[in-house]
Amino acid sequence: MAVMTYREALNAALREEMERDPDVFLMGEEVAEYDGAYKVSKGLLEEFGDKRVVDSPISELGFTGLGVGAAMAGLRPVIEFMTFNFAFLAIDQVINSAAKMYYMSEGQFPMPIVFRGPTGAALQLSAQHSQACETYYSHAPGCKVVTPGTPADAKGLLKAAIRDNDPVAFMEGELLYNFKGEVPDDDDFVIPLGVADLKHEGGDVSIVTHGKMIHVALQAAQKLEKDGIHADVLDLRTIRPLDMDAILQSVKKTNRVVYLEEGWPYAGTGAQIVSMIQEEAFDDLDAPVIRVTQADVPMPYAKNLEMLAKPSANHVIEAVNKVLYR
Amino acid sequence: MAEMKTKARKKSAKKTNDPLSQHGISGELALDLMRDMLLYRRFEEKAEEAYAIGKIGGFCHLHIGQEAAAAGSIKPLRQDDYVMSAYREHTQALAKGVHPNAVMAELYGRKDGASGGKGGSMHIFDADCRFMGGHGIVGGQVPLATGIGWKIKYREEDTVSLVFMGDAAVNQGGFHEALNMAAVWHLPCIFVVENNEYGMGTAFSRVSRTAMATKSTPHGIPAHSVDGQDALATYAFFRDLADEVRQGAGPQFVDLQTYRFRGHSMSDPVSGTYRSVEEVENAKVERDPIALLRDVLMSADLLDQQRLEEMDAEARQISAEAADFADASPLPGPEALYRNVWAEINPNGRLFFDRRPESGEVG
Repeated sequence: MAVMTYREALNAALREEMERDPDVFLMGEEVAEYDGAYKVSKGLLEEFGDKRVVDSPISELGFTGLGVGAAMAGLRPVIEFMTFNFAFLAIDQVINSAAKMYYMSEGQFPMPIVFRGPTGAALQLSAQHSQACETYYSHAPGCKVVTPGTPADAKGLLKAAIRDNDPVAFMEGELLYNFKGEVPDDDDFVIPLGVADLKHEGGDVSIVTHGKMIHVALQAAQKLEKDGIHADVLDLRTIRPLDMDAILQSVKKTNRVVYLEEGWPYAGTGAQIVSMIQEEAFDDLDAPVIRVTQADVPMPYAKNLEMLAKPSANHVIEAVNKVLYR
Repeated sequence: MAEMKTKARKKSAKKTNDPLSQHGISGELALDLMRDMLLYRRFEEKAEEAYAIGKIGGFCHLHIGQEAAAAGSIKPLRQDDYVMSAYREHTQALAKGVHPNAVMAELYGRKDGASGGKGGSMHIFDADCRFMGGHGIVGGQVPLATGIGWKIKYREEDTVSLVFMGDAAVNQGGFHEALNMAAVWHLPCIFVVENNEYGMGTAFSRVSRTAMATKSTPHGIPAHSVDGQDALATYAFFRDLADEVRQGAGPQFVDLQTYRFRGHSMSDPVSGTYRSVEEVENAKVERDPIALLRDVLMSADLLDQQRLEEMDAEARQISAEAADFADASPLPGPEALYRNVWAEINPNGRLFFDRRPESGEVG
């Protein structure tokens, strides 16, 4: 096991996949000469040249569409969004072109393309730069959604996403790039899409979550341990495909569930999960499932208000207490 | 045959100009173009008829009046060149080699359609013919075709990526983003505006202060204006242009001036609130691409009335056969509903969430 940052893990995954397959190229704003806005692509220009590591103009719709067209013609583009906040300009190409092409051509044009970049809030970036975007993408059949929360998951899942033959929205965490963790030394370490990971084991309650919220959940779980409450922290890792079996297994064990996500509540990922749990594991539940989300407001700038808006370990603990009727 | 009953134009002027040798087009090739255009006209008339009796549903945009724009720009291309279009693309698919039966069956929403009945009129695809669709969001295909140009350059191939759009598409942001990137990276793309003067019911002059031929200027892409009703001129132009692009001339922008003889879609009358009956009737008399080529061919003694009627009968025959084929083709089976949503069904996790047994995702 090597210890590396989430950023380095993504960088390693990109490098390995570009070495493995000459059809893989990286395009986006500042990915080449600047080494990436968050330095994820550091050194790749030097290694692979400007044909495969390409600085784009600030034209999200344009370069996303270009990537989709290149994928139609047989390449395997990795399109970087400086953040997914900017990808709203491109979502027509992701949903209307990439996610539907294979279906509406009756399988003539597979779409092996990865759209990647950070999603969710960082610190005091205010409303337009602080939002979790995964449900916009998981809503559409034809688009896979991956949300790694650790360096190992970042590496293994990015390699799987690049090799997948469908469009993948690969959503990273801005605050995770410096986060360090162990990554297996295996030089072809791939984590298959659709496999959740139990990040903390306990029998009393299930905290199900994804992306960087796993760290909030783990923090809550540790505090709960002191109170003698043992929580499962189940990291979905991929939203679509979704490892529902792992969720059901945890629910059967604990009978109590809290869903934690960074985004807004209305039609959020948690809404989907709760719907499925009540439909498929109603008899296993001892309490209604509770969701913990961002406050249902645009993200404010002021430090104190931002703190109030974000889901915290305390919010999770409160929710756990509720489902335990404590 | 309303459009073709226009009186034969004066022959004297044609003979002195000799458009065939002027454009370096053989008599045989010109007759082929005539045959192709007759097919496009009769095919679309057949589609119109089928729509009227409910065999075709949804949106349906006919290309009648714009036949030379399709034949003249696509026929000079190689089989391995790429063509992409918007949603008025039936005849462009035919021109790129998609079988008339497959196109008509797609309009009918049948199993044997070019896209298995899943795309319909607006989404005709044929990977083997490198006909890349059939796209329904105005201008959305322009960045896609730029990406195909990117792939051609990336793999160092000598093909070209030609993309059609309507005149309204040049007001979309994606058009300008795509042209800018094509110019910056010197991609082998030919951006063709089929300028039929109206975006749906809005005259281009009402939504642009500048002329079509200026639209690529800010991006440093050469602009060309071509009479898209003149099949020979259009063919010669695209033949030469495709060669230049193949040899590294970089992206090009073409204002292909044409006119549509039908409404925007089947729900739009031929002449409506936005254009007059006279305007359409005059265009049919003055600018019918089939009649114009007929006159040239007759002046050059390459075609007589009898041969024309034979060719026309052949076009009608192919179109009728396509309609018969489409009618006989089965509807896609219910198993097609969930097929090809995903190119890769991952062994782990759910991909479908509708809880219908046929999606295989009932927990």
